[in-house]
Amino acid sequence: MKADPRGVLTGIHFMDGDHACCEGALAAGARFAAGYPITPSTEVVERFASRVPTVGGTFIQMEDELAASITLQGAVWGGAKAFTVTSGPGFSLMMEHIGYAVMTETPCVFVDVQRGGPSTGLPTLPAQSDMFQARWGSHGDYEIIALCPNSPQECFDLTIKAFNLAEEFRVPVMFMMDEVVGHMTEKVVIPPADQIDVTPRRHTHKSFEDYLPYGTNGDQVPEMAHAGEGYKFHVTGLTHDERGYPNMTPQVQDKLVRRLQSKIRDAADRIALFEEEQIEGADVVVISYGITSRVAQRAIEAARDQGLCVGKLRLITAWPFPEQKIRELAANVKAFVVPELNLGQMVREVERAAAGQAKTFAVSHAGGGVHNPNDILKVIVEASR
Amino acid sequence: MAKGRVSVVAERCKACGFCVEFCPSHVLALSSAFNSKGYHPPHVVHPEKCSGCDLCGMYCPDFAIFATKVKTAGGDK
Amino acid sequence: MSDSLLPDILNNDGVNPVEQFLRSDRIPHIWCPGCGIGTTVNSFARALIESKIDLQSLALVSGIGCTGRVAGYVQLDSFHTTHGRAIPFATGLKLANPKLNVVVYSGDGDLSAIGGNHLIHAARRNIDLKVICVNNLIYAMTGGQTAPTTPDDSITSTNPYGVFEPSFNLPQLVEAAGAVYVARWTTFHVRQLARSIGEAFQKKGFSFIEVISPCPTLYQRRNKLGDGLDAMKYYKEKSKVRHGAPTSEVGLTMTGEIVVGKFVDRDRPDYQTLMRGQFAESLGERFVEQTEMVCS
Repeated sequence: MKADPRGVLTGIHFMDGDHACCEGALAAGARFAAGYPITPSTEVVERFASRVPTVGGTFIQMEDELAASITLQGAVWGGAKAFTVTSGPGFSLMMEHIGYAVMTETPCVFVDVQRGGPSTGLPTLPAQSDMFQARWGSHGDYEIIALCPNSPQECFDLTIKAFNLAEEFRVPVMFMMDEVVGHMTEKVVIPPADQIDVTPRRHTHKSFEDYLPYGTNGDQVPEMAHAGEGYKFHVTGLTHDERGYPNMTPQVQDKLVRRLQSKIRDAADRIALFEEEQIEGADVVVISYGITSRVAQRAIEAARDQGLCVGKLRLITAWPFPEQKIRELAANVKAFVVPELNLGQMVREVERAAAGQAKTFAVSHAGGGVHNPNDILKVIVEASR
Repeated sequence: MAKGRVSVVAERCKACGFCVEFCPSHVLALSSAFNSKGYHPPHVVHPEKCSGCDLCGMYCPDFAIFATKVKTAGGDK
Repeated sequence: MSDSLLPDILNNDGVNPVEQFLRSDRIPHIWCPGCGIGTTVNSFARALIESKIDLQSLALVSGIGCTGRVAGYVQLDSFHTTHGRAIPFATGLKLANPKLNVVVYSGDGDLSAIGGNHLIHAARRNIDLKVICVNNLIYAMTGGQTAPTTPDDSITSTNPYGVFEPSFNLPQLVEAAGAVYVARWTTFHVRQLARSIGEAFQKKGFSFIEVISPCPTLYQRRNKLGDGLDAMKYYKEKSKVRHGAPTSEVGLTMTGEIVVGKFVDRDRPDYQTLMRGQFAESLGERFVEQTEMVCS
């Protein structure tokens, strides 16, 4: 279906990533946010607080991230599209509830505008060191989807994508921004509402008697109902069966948890988004995401000026990781170069997928700024030898 | 004539004793029979005294007992 | 099993009046013999019957613990959430669909320890929630650890030599935080509890009803206080109804007097009324009232 025009600020704007993310959420149909202030993410909900009373929705600043991360889920079950926004320390606090959203299959979006860590770290400076946390941060076995915008325009476009994926797969989607993308101001084009595709909630049409809250008809994603409609369903974070009733046996656990994983994994190829450039015949492929991809672009061009055959692969979805793509590439390239604003996270996935078929070079950075393109160039040159 | 009638869902009972203790008319006592879990459910020892107040039902933590008022015919009682 | 245990039912309505509110396919429940939680559910069901509340628009949210399991046994839209976070979840539910009547049904540890922060903020904001706090003075589900409500000198598994921490006086806490309706009963006071719950349904704002309830397996046993029935007899004997008592005077001890009654019943605008008022005043015609957020 198309976006609700009341939430779409059609026009050409000059805005930063945080603000564009908020507009993306509104365009996607989000009418509820619960937040807690944390630099450098706060502007997203500050804008939402200012916009939503004139659009028709609610923002509530909760007393902590533990509350914010579950209040939004209550709103989802009350019928809203909802999200929250945070950075590293808050992201850590939200982990239990990300797991709750996974287990109860609550569609929602968690925005992490990454900053230097660990702990309080560098509140106003960028990093990309929550990438593995986005995938593994909560306890238990699960899969999630994570997106990495690299510009304010993408903060708008991909936020809509995040909400759409959340609804399609009934999963919390991690929107992994970083402080630079969040605070850089660029042109953002917001199209008319009828040009924006929005995925509706997978609402059941079954009768009260026939509806099974966690039953699937072969497609692995159950249909949802909202409180107040008469379905009188039960939702729990305990291991549950198709009725939603706690059923704590190894058999039910196996069935449930495997389905929660496979509903994402089986669709990984469909979910994976990336940007490729000059991959054909490349000796070295630079794999990057977020703000680092823009710095890497400079290094890649410099390397090509030196006559090196360098391809670019930009991860737009970081999770599920495009293993298949990397595995195929690994057979044809000499090496991967993976610059990240961390001490080596996504590079581990690249290495794993490459399985030794190609060498993998990390260009690490502890955070606090962006790479010097020369540092990336140096490694590209080394990798090309 | 009894004004009320007690029903016991024996399999739910855990023999906590609340109904026996708090029945204002002392209608109930724990029986010597037992359910499949080994608990002794209550039984009605003074059915004629039951007023159908359903306090037993209100106290029961296991939803294992309730009383209903008896419909009487012809206004006797 | 003797037939005398299943007397014939003369009337046609030979069904437990609360059965309609239960997920019968999940009964018998997991609560211990003599545990009072089931009794509170009975009072809750009675309140539902008497208030004739629309069950379709009633949602029940619980946390983790023995009382948290209530959500799984009631035939309502029910949410068994994370430890301590029933109140914020309920807040989101209520804000997204203000037509819902949202009940939070959880235990003393869940609501006042890990959930303490959310308890006081929801009371401060006067979110329109009806909170039923079953207080068995212990963390029962996990095996009998000290709770913020466990009375002085009690033996628990984490205070094996006796609790020495002062305990919370929950009515005082929530009154100070801003609750508009505060009552305390015990599981002995089945009728009064049902009535209080019914009153809370009529009240707009943050209502808090504490129910003292026996935990025979852990609290009673470890402190040599007998079983659930002994606890009920203690409640009957030592409870004193004092409506309107100052909440500072209703603290609990292990074997002392239990002050029960309705302590606070006042009026303050609830969160959503305040929110709407503020936006209407600041934005005038630009304010777009949140209609149903139901996204198809």
